[in-house]
Amino acid sequence: MSAKITREDVAHVAALARLDVTDDELDRFTKQLDAILEHAASVEALDIDGVKPTYHPLPLVNVFRDDVVRPSIERDAVLSQAPEAEDGRFRVTRILDAE
Amino acid sequence: MTIAEATTVIDGWEPVIGLEVHVELKTATKMFCGCRNEFGGAPNTHICPVCLGLPGSLPVLNRQAVEFAMRVGYALNLNIPERSVFHRKNYFYPDMPKDFQTSQYDEPITEDGWIDIEGVRIGIERAHLEEDTGKSTHVGTSGRIHGAEYSLIDYNRAGVPLLEIVSRPDIRSAAQARAYVAELRAVLFAIGVSDVKMEEGSMRVDANISVRPVGRERFGTRAEIKNMNSLRSLERAVDYEIRRQITELESGGTIVQETRHWNEDDGRTHSMRSKEGADDYRYFPEPDLVPVAPSLSWREEVAAQMPELPAQRRARLVERWGISADDADVLVAVAGLADYAESAVDAGADPVEVTKWVTGDLLGRANESGLSPAEWKVTPHYLTETLALVADGTLSRNLAKTVLDKVWESGDAPSVVVDREGMAQVSDSDELGGLVDALLAEHPDDVVRYREGDEKSQKKLLGFFMGQLMKQTRGQGNPGVLNQLLRDKLNGA
Ligand SMILES: [Zn+2]
Repeated sequence: MSAKITREDVAHVAALARLDVTDDELDRFTKQLDAILEHAASVEALDIDGVKPTYHPLPLVNVFRDDVVRPSIERDAVLSQAPEAEDGRFRVTRILDAE
Repeated sequence: MTIAEATTVIDGWEPVIGLEVHVELKTATKMFCGCRNEFGGAPNTHICPVCLGLPGSLPVLNRQAVEFAMRVGYALNLNIPERSVFHRKNYFYPDMPKDFQTSQYDEPITEDGWIDIEGVRIGIERAHLEEDTGKSTHVGTSGRIHGAEYSLIDYNRAGVPLLEIVSRPDIRSAAQARAYVAELRAVLFAIGVSDVKMEEGSMRVDANISVRPVGRERFGTRAEIKNMNSLRSLERAVDYEIRRQITELESGGTIVQETRHWNEDDGRTHSMRSKEGADDYRYFPEPDLVPVAPSLSWREEVAAQMPELPAQRRARLVERWGISADDADVLVAVAGLADYAESAVDAGADPVEVTKWVTGDLLGRANESGLSPAEWKVTPHYLTETLALVADGTLSRNLAKTVLDKVWESGDAPSVVVDREGMAQVSDSDELGGLVDALLAEHPDDVVRYREGDEKSQKKLLGFFMGQLMKQTRGQGNPGVLNQLLRDKLNGA
């Protein structure tokens, strides 16, 4: 049986998701994700001719809001929850590494 | 130079350009929450659990944003599919507090349209809805993102509705790229969906550029250029990038697929190292939003309310007003200018005169001050009033110019300015005749020279006398009356 996902794929996705995973975890997750994909493959193998695709679990479309201003929340209340703030703004560590 | 001529080939290379234009929609509120959509509010005063992505908050789509997108659809000949859905575009960057941007992926609100630019049809692949990001300010020695010590984030803009209009790679020159964006801007302004101010960022353009040897079908490797803040910098950046790629390829180098930033100061594009490619955004359907499926009656209602588009308006002004195509271009290209001119004409002014003043004097002043026509103190009504004073002989053209100067500054009505400054034109032939007699008496030699001179020297002397008279009347003497009096008296009548 050929694997549905490689260890490299898992490492790549983990990096994109900013997850720090150990070598052991990589092995374990690769095996687990492979099993999940294997299961999905058995669903894919079904004959679904004539079955309409499901785009959303709810049978709803066009849920809208009128374009009317509602009160925002207090800035100070929000910023008090931030690790760091300055001049009414969120302060974050530098975004890109110096190059 | 026309656009067709500008679609040039440089040293056997053909540029291929596609543009992505982002416009902020002019809704009252954000895309998914009731926070105010406003440029320039105090930082973080328009934020709530939804646009901050706090756990448990749920987005609800703004109907007006969808309707604006539909209007753009009709204006740009796009199809509006039966159904469209939102996706999450995942990335980690502090300008989006949710760690994803709600956007559209394979089922956009509109697709497959076109726009004609001076007779050349440019395809439009799609225009899709997405939300804007917050605004980061990089703090540190350089003020730029590289080398910044830390960044400050304002989320007022996060969640503001954006429409991304993606052209097909049909554009073949920098001038054509500029003309395309100028026309889009005029269209979007005309249909009332956006302020389309490039300088304030409510309209932003990214350019995908590649070059290929003439005759080859396959596209070359492209670079994406960002950070152009005006039509002029767009044209410069595209032109620079085309030449950079040709130079690189001709010297045996290769083009790297990358994002490059336009630097206005040194007039070059610079490589930005990009870490995540398109495949890495891991788009997936947004489970918190249901599909959009505009009903037939809604479509019909929006279509029925579509205003006149710039191309139709230009044609109408040329035909009905008898103005040139170039003048019509200017009136329609500058946001609000055609509305202004039409108000003045509706108030009774002559269209040709209005066009002359609006595209000349007034537009010049507006460019200096950065004011839009709706903000001018010279209102359409005041322009009409001034032109009426010219028509009835109260003001000469030159005096009218001075009056408009003063109205521009003070906002007072033209009649008030004329009265206050005693600027009305003097046309009384007895009064002016006295001045002419006195002047000729002061210059008997010149009078003799005029009478004995040829046509050329007569013209010159006539100019001299007129100059003296205008000086004496401080510009208020009626030039037509003075000219007639002078000729009559010099010719010994
Ligand atoms: Zn909000």
